Amino acid sequence: MTTTEHTRPGPLQTIGAHARQLSFWAENAAPIGLVALVIVFSILSPTFLTLGNIKAMLVAAAILVILAIGQTFVITTGGIDLSISATMTFGAIGFGLAFSNGFGFWLSAIMAVVAALIIGLINGLLIAKGKVTDFIATLGTLSVATGLALIVSDGKPITVFSPELLTLTSGAIGIFGFPIILAAVIAVLAWFFMFRTRFGLHVQAVGGNEESAVANGVSAVKIRMAVYLISAGLAGIAALLLVARVGAAEPAINTQFLLNSIAAVVLGGVSLTGGKAKIVGPVIGALLLTALTNGLTLLGVSQFYQPLAVGLVVVLAALLTRFQKK
Amino acid sequence: MTDTYNTPPEGSPHTGRTQARDFILQATDIKKSFGGVHALKGASMTMRRGEITALIGDNGAGKSTMVRCLSGIHRPDSGTIVLDGKTVTFENPVAAIKQGIETVQQNLALVEDLTVWQNFFLGREKTHGFGPFRTLDRKLMKSTAGDLLKNLAVNVPPVTSRVRRLSGGQRQAVAIARAAGWGSKIVIMDEPTAALGVQETARVEGVINSLRDSGVAVLLISHNFDQVMRLSDHVWVMRAGMAVAERRTAETSGDELVALITGARAA
Ligand SMILES: Nc1ncnc2c1ncn2[C@@H]1O[C@H](COP(=O)(O)OP(=O)(O)OP(=O)(O)O)[C@@H](O)[C@H]1O
Ligand SMILES: [Mg+2]
Repeated sequence: MTTTEHTRPGPLQTIGAHARQLSFWAENAAPIGLVALVIVFSILSPTFLTLGNIKAMLVAAAILVILAIGQTFVITTGGIDLSISATMTFGAIGFGLAFSNGFGFWLSAIMAVVAALIIGLINGLLIAKGKVTDFIATLGTLSVATGLALIVSDGKPITVFSPELLTLTSGAIGIFGFPIILAAVIAVLAWFFMFRTRFGLHVQAVGGNEESAVANGVSAVKIRMAVYLISAGLAGIAALLLVARVGAAEPAINTQFLLNSIAAVVLGGVSLTGGKAKIVGPVIGALLLTALTNGLTLLGVSQFYQPLAVGLVVVLAALLTRFQKK
Repeated sequence: MTDTYNTPPEGSPHTGRTQARDFILQATDIKKSFGGVHALKGASMTMRRGEITALIGDNGAGKSTMVRCLSGIHRPDSGTIVLDGKTVTFENPVAAIKQGIETVQQNLALVEDLTVWQNFFLGREKTHGFGPFRTLDRKLMKSTAGDLLKNLAVNVPPVTSRVRRLSGGQRQAVAIARAAGWGSKIVIMDEPTAALGVQETARVEGVINSLRDSGVAVLLISHNFDQVMRLSDHVWVMRAGMAVAERRTAETSGDELVALITGARAA
């Protein structure tokens, strides 16, 4: 009885090493891309690597990091949440309405998360119980959440002035603003739940092979409900950062956040077919996308080119994932 | 042609002269259709305590469908299952596992993207701590999975490798070791040696025998007549969605079983 052992390298192994290298690049697309971007932008723009700009970038990245983590849980089960940014908008309006009706910061913050969770609950019920295709269900709730946000706010931004929100945007420990600290805490918790608990294992199992997972006693219905609730709950938390940043709760559509949240996950090396979880990858993917936008802005590249650049990076990353280890 | 084991069913399974309490499992008049396909058309079968029962039949006879009904993956359209004297219905696979039925499915039911130890404990993970922060006891699960696998596989895969990386035989070993490791009442194995080499087959047969020796009733689905003759105490034959005949293994022959399977010989 022997454990499989490594053999001496032969010609086959040499070819294997090449393939492994390609897969190495594919697995680590996000960190490698981030380092490359940082190098290029710091050469092209002297302000890019200043502490002030790094701090600004990290704060700007916080919302996307949080959304990308939510999206990661859904995508790991093989699903997708197209309603994530609309849910954030709906949460923001929930906050704005509660706050302008005198509920105070904390109650309003809870309102934001509860409003978002309602959308998540609808997604979960449709997909897990109703067996509606994730794509269609969340496309529907995207529209519903956007419409509801427009209706309840009458299409107007709700200006919010709250000292707590001001602290949330402007407070910092060193170069780390409170938003990115919040995002980091969420990332650590997400990592813990994904890789160290029964729940996370079941999320990966359902995404990997639902039939086998169920045959072993995993409840795919519960897991799917849970990931859409997580995604929505995190969108609700991101809504607070959004309101804090804008200074108002706007019924805006925020499509860019949706695309970027999926892009960050793909950049992070998570397969859209599900089953393979990563947390650090998507977080770095979100940082990369933020650095890209920030760098282009610093270089004075027109806003119009930014979606193009993001699109190119994502398509490139998607191509690279073909070389990931199976 | 009459036989003592196969008196005509009168609602209850073909008990012949065996006392009902000697059965660990009695499945009676199980029907299961998938759309227009009638996979089980009122099949009845039994398993005796402490015995290896073989279930044989041609491809598509309904063996795996029966297995899936007994392990809670399918819910029969009608029929009853009596386990250890109690009528049971399995809402889902956990219910069957809780009642003491472990199964190696024909498709092995492994998640390829997960590691060996994760597959081993999927659905019954060991944890420490409390509440939402209960963490997986990875160390314990890895060592337990490794120990149980060692008895079975000739080339033991590292417990931390992903199942996707394993050979067909290694996968089968993982699925079998998983089903055998929990001290259940019944272990069902749907073609457990289909992908195995000579040595591995011998080991799996060893596991099946030792399960029986420790008092576990085993239901073995196999297309290998030598294996059936070698291991089993009792044989059930399925044809076209029905269990058409049963024999004591000691009182039958490979030729008779072939004839029963094809229908060349009536039950
Ligand atoms: N989920 C399903 N949906 C539709 N038809 C099914 C399903 N499962 C089984 N069947 C059909 O039921 C019949 C019995 O299949 P089953 O898998 O039980 O056969 P089997 O005896 O295990 O065959 P084999 O020896 O090839 O494994 C077949 O005609 C099969 O096509
Ligand atoms: Mg079968």
